[in-house]
Amino acid sequence: MNTTEKIREVAKQLLADQKVDLVVGFAQGTLPLRSTPYFARTPEQAENLIWSATCENNLANFVRKRTDKVAVIAKGCDVRAIVALIKEGQINRENLTIIGVPCEGMVDRKQICQAIGCQDILEVTDQGAELSLKGKNFEKTLAKADVMFGSCKTCQYNTPVIFDELIGEALPAKEANYDDIAAFEALSAAERNAFIAKEMEKCIRCYACRQACPMCYCSECFVDCGAPAWIGKGAQSVDDNALFQTVRVLHLAGRCVDCGACERACPMGIKLSLLNRKMVKDVKGLFGAEAGVNLNDPPALNVHQFEDKEDFML
Amino acid sequence: MIVSKNEIANLLTQLAETYRVIAPVKKDGMLQYAAIKNGEQACLDDANTKKPGKEILFPQSEELFNYTISAEGIRMQDNVDKEATVVFGMRPCDVKSLVLLDNVFQNDQYTDVYYLTRRANTIIVGLGCAQPAATCFCSSVGCGPFAKEGSDIFLTDLGEAYVIEGISDKGKELLAKLSLAEAGAEQKAAAAKLQAEVTADGSINIEGLAEKLGGMFEHPFWESLHEKCIGCGACTYLCPTCHCFDIADEAKDCDGCRVRNWDACMFPLFTLHGSGHNPRTGGKARWRQRLMHKFNYFVDRYNATACVGCGRCIKNCPVNLDIRQALADVRALD
Repeated sequence: MNTTEKIREVAKQLLADQKVDLVVGFAQGTLPLRSTPYFARTPEQAENLIWSATCENNLANFVRKRTDKVAVIAKGCDVRAIVALIKEGQINRENLTIIGVPCEGMVDRKQICQAIGCQDILEVTDQGAELSLKGKNFEKTLAKADVMFGSCKTCQYNTPVIFDELIGEALPAKEANYDDIAAFEALSAAERNAFIAKEMEKCIRCYACRQACPMCYCSECFVDCGAPAWIGKGAQSVDDNALFQTVRVLHLAGRCVDCGACERACPMGIKLSLLNRKMVKDVKGLFGAEAGVNLNDPPALNVHQFEDKEDFML
Repeated sequence: MIVSKNEIANLLTQLAETYRVIAPVKKDGMLQYAAIKNGEQACLDDANTKKPGKEILFPQSEELFNYTISAEGIRMQDNVDKEATVVFGMRPCDVKSLVLLDNVFQNDQYTDVYYLTRRANTIIVGLGCAQPAATCFCSSVGCGPFAKEGSDIFLTDLGEAYVIEGISDKGKELLAKLSLAEAGAEQKAAAAKLQAEVTADGSINIEGLAEKLGGMFEHPFWESLHEKCIGCGACTYLCPTCHCFDIADEAKDCDGCRVRNWDACMFPLFTLHGSGHNPRTGGKARWRQRLMHKFNYFVDRYNATACVGCGRCIKNCPVNLDIRQALADVRALD
């Protein structure tokens, strides 16, 4: 049985036995290289569940603050978010069944688009390590590893850190890799500023990043507050756009699970992970803390120890 | 008339001496509308721009007026944009969206001087789509890859050259000044053939949809439609016909401006009352509004569907909530 078939089996059983009211997973999307979040409430509907290299959304978003009994088909980064949300009192672990799926990484449509000159893809065949793409006037085979999301390339926790059932074989944990952040840190302040300004110029303030982020769940976001208006509401100011992202990153300090859902959701292709990952790296370096990697560590901002570094304080 | 592709850059550069010329350009790996001085910058071969054409007449953020407060009083400066403009290479779906937006910005209740002044001073050069994308469904919603409605001038791509047609008086007047060569009978026939033969996905049947939706306000369908929506504004901001806006004052000390920003019915804030009450409490009510506005309320008010089938919402939705599927689901309901 392949992963999709196993997922269907487990989901059907859970629903048939009425152990859960709902299974949240993925179904085939309407476009090539797209899958779509799916909500199965009957064993028949569970037949629509799939697993592929395009299951890019973080499903933790859909299991927060629920009163029904839910099962979720969750990859490594979904589970990190779930763990962090359990610790923040947003998910009742007792009502959630985690069907973990070790994830080899999801493919990035934006990178694939660049690789084929953004021609229309009409057919995709998954050949394991490679994707074969067909369009009206082209055929191309790409290695998945070459077109994987940045966040998947640097993912350390491909195998869910907690689960009730694991579908498939656990994958080995990987070493931390912050080469991208180190390269950014090595730039001069002016170069970093220029880079961020160029990225923020693209922002249309659709808030897809915030909405896709499993950890962004404030009932009122500071950008939406009208009195006082902390920030300009339009997208024309690069400074305001940068302020929005900066505050988002600070609000996620010690909480960001580095899933990259923000960057994946951005319709404008803004490199949002850069700022988040810089914070993730700093929190790890300064406090030895990582969000959502186990149920025992208290959230980084909830603890104070005398040996905490304070050399960045005035 | 006809102009070869080799000459198009020169033509645009020449136009830019007299007009502000706005054309699709490649910027940051995306196709975007931008004002150009040099015709070489224009990129007419790709499909739709990332952001819709509405932004030219109805920018995402627009400073309506600026003000300064001093001891002498208040000085105000309005920012009505009167610059003579040629938009070159707008796809028929985006052009059609402007025809639809005209209804909103000028009607018996409201006249929007900012939009209408730009509109009056803008000549639209439409560009037919010889290769509609897989996400294009303009042929389903009363538009089409070669629909000329709203264009002042229309271009048909013959590979080596564009056949140019004057559509409106405004367009014909401009063409008369450009001394272009006449198209031959063969070229005219080739253009007519393309225009007649090329269609986008026409399988989404919207006939009778407005009436059906009219009776569906309380239907359980809305309970499930929104379930995967994460509530961002990508679909509305990238939609060429979505036109809701919010107005805010942005001030620093004694200087300020009144800004009009795009707003989106997918945001809770969109309907939040000053009292704290919110009549649209969740995704269900918001998605119902989005679909109803395009396919029922707009039809009621202006006798037209507020969707041009450009496919941007389909391409850019972070969770693949496909409006074509939503419409097919509505149709399949008893």
